[in-house]
Amino acid sequence: MFKYLKQLTSLVAMVAVLFTFTTETMAAKKSKTLKNTQKKGFVRCGVSQGLPGFSNADAAGNWTGVDVDVCRAVAAAVLGDANKVKFTPLSAKERFTALTSGEIDILSRNTTWTLSRDADIGLTFVGVNFYDGQGFMVRKDSGITSTSQFKDGISACTNIGTTTELNMRDFFNSKGISYTPVAFEKADEVVAAYDAGRCDTYTTDKSGLAAQRTKMTNPDDHMVLPETISKEPLGPVVRQGDSVWEDIVRWSLNTMIEAEEYGVTSANADSMKTSDNPQIKRLVGAEGEMGAAFGLDNEWNLRIIKQVGNYGESYKRNIADTGILPDRGPNELWTKGGILYVPPSR
Amino acid sequence: MVLNLDLVFLSKEASFDIQFSLIDYDGSMSYGRAYLVGLLNTLLVSFIGIILSTILGIIIGVARLSPNYLINKTASFYVEFFRNVPLLLQIFFWYFAALRALPMPEDAPLIFGSSYMTIKGLYTVAPVWNNFDIFFIALIIAMIVIFFFNKFAKKKQEEEGKQYPKFLISLGIFIIIPAITFVVGGVDLSWSFPELKQLAKTSFTYEGGMGIPPELIALTLALTLYTATFIAENVRAGIQGVGKGQKEAAASIGLTPSQVLKLVIMPQALRIIIPPTTNQYLNLTKNSSLAAAIAYPDLVLVFAGTAMMQTGRAIEIVGITMATYLTISLAISMFMNWYNKRIAIQEK
Repeated sequence: MFKYLKQLTSLVAMVAVLFTFTTETMAAKKSKTLKNTQKKGFVRCGVSQGLPGFSNADAAGNWTGVDVDVCRAVAAAVLGDANKVKFTPLSAKERFTALTSGEIDILSRNTTWTLSRDADIGLTFVGVNFYDGQGFMVRKDSGITSTSQFKDGISACTNIGTTTELNMRDFFNSKGISYTPVAFEKADEVVAAYDAGRCDTYTTDKSGLAAQRTKMTNPDDHMVLPETISKEPLGPVVRQGDSVWEDIVRWSLNTMIEAEEYGVTSANADSMKTSDNPQIKRLVGAEGEMGAAFGLDNEWNLRIIKQVGNYGESYKRNIADTGILPDRGPNELWTKGGILYVPPSR
Repeated sequence: MVLNLDLVFLSKEASFDIQFSLIDYDGSMSYGRAYLVGLLNTLLVSFIGIILSTILGIIIGVARLSPNYLINKTASFYVEFFRNVPLLLQIFFWYFAALRALPMPEDAPLIFGSSYMTIKGLYTVAPVWNNFDIFFIALIIAMIVIFFFNKFAKKKQEEEGKQYPKFLISLGIFIIIPAITFVVGGVDLSWSFPELKQLAKTSFTYEGGMGIPPELIALTLALTLYTATFIAENVRAGIQGVGKGQKEAAASIGLTPSQVLKLVIMPQALRIIIPPTTNQYLNLTKNSSLAAAIAYPDLVLVFAGTAMMQTGRAIEIVGITMATYLTISLAISMFMNWYNKRIAIQEK
């Protein structure tokens, strides 16, 4: 009898050790960024200095835009309130340093996902919330309707510190056209200089061109040329090294896109809890344990949909209804002819 | 965290173009070359700014002491206005005001029969040299000859009291020696004029000649007007710092007013003017980094801007940029200190 007791105690001890070990690893898995965010009570989000439709502050200091909504979704998921976000406007030049130095925890600032940025400088891209491409804007009265009409000596206004500068060179070099780049630090100065006539063309991502056109003295005097010279998948970025936080941001974005796919909106999210479709039930936290892996509760995704809305709602509210890009183009669901396709939440 | 410093990126391909460069550059060259382009552009705007603000500063400083009410008040209004408005605002003002006010290339009037001032910059004639190197060597020879001539003239004056018209002879040497190369050295100079070129229905530019970007003009203008106010105050303080008795004593021994200024007042005033003016030169050089706001491709815009973004090497690049500004500033200080020592009272 005592012989077995000794064995039993060691078994219990072993189980206990194992148990503490697992709970410890579970606790350690809880992200440091998540812990800090919950302690502070707000999500620290880096945005642009004002790009209508993506991240733009109104006169009262309220930020709106599709990039802003990604941060709001994360706040809804981890803090339960989509308004608990502290926005930091950043120039193209400052943005990566702000993220890697820990001044912000999410960079959601129409940032192009490229190999060198992802691999080289301590950043991790979590997904794409807008498929874009670089284009050119010209004055309508110039008679230019295509980039094939560009001639030697053309001057092009743009921002520094962006993939735009590099694409522009590739484009003009491949066409054998000599050009003058006029590169400013801030977008507002680019717009002002182009608007005044300093440059023949203004080049940046097409969504940016559409948004900045609204800031010109006479928006109708300008047009965006049809050609797209580059792939610009824009998406939120996090610091390298906190894979749980990375997952939270990635799946917050995915939840918004998937919610649109399954027809879950901010209005009907609560009633969808009783849906027959298990995929929908998982999306609104009525089935499965979809939050546990992040160290979140089960309704984190429901809160995103209820407070921020699905991707389609966000697009309509920020980009379509404001007249910036009414046509969703590639940013339509894969089921409707676009290329928005996210892995399933399950 | 261990700082992982790495300068290998300097030799990698930059793959971005720069608007304005004093040396050959295109995007296929290295980040190191891009750094050099930015550095030279910074030095260019600082150099032009220092020369122009010194000239303007002296004129305004002397005008501040003018007994003429109108000149005196205009000068002091200028000083008070320009030194009390933040420099960045002035740069924006000159850049955007000028851009709005200047004509499009096709409407620009011809200036001096050769140049066009347009929204896209100043287009002017460019010299086209044949055998420039021979001409350049001749220039250096002329400088050496002038140096020795002046030494000789000084010695003559000290030993025999004989005075040569030093300035006129120096100027003559400076013109004649290089001019000879045109006759015998095969040096030839012609001019390239800017010509209007149509890019599209309503879009024009100039080709040929030399194009000076409006960013450089606006930046130089703003830096010069701003820094000249401080130099003007230094000049005024320097002249006022020389005792009244000095001027009266000089006049009493029969020196003409211009001799009084040149031989008595200025040598003493300079001792007061130089040290604070050195500070202004340093300020101007450092302020030139505001260029980034208006797209003048200086060191900060090209290197601490684009290059930093493309490489992500923030610490290395900011470090190099700081070291560069420090070096430029120390070099200016050293030169000015040397000059200050040279004009200081020589105790014999």
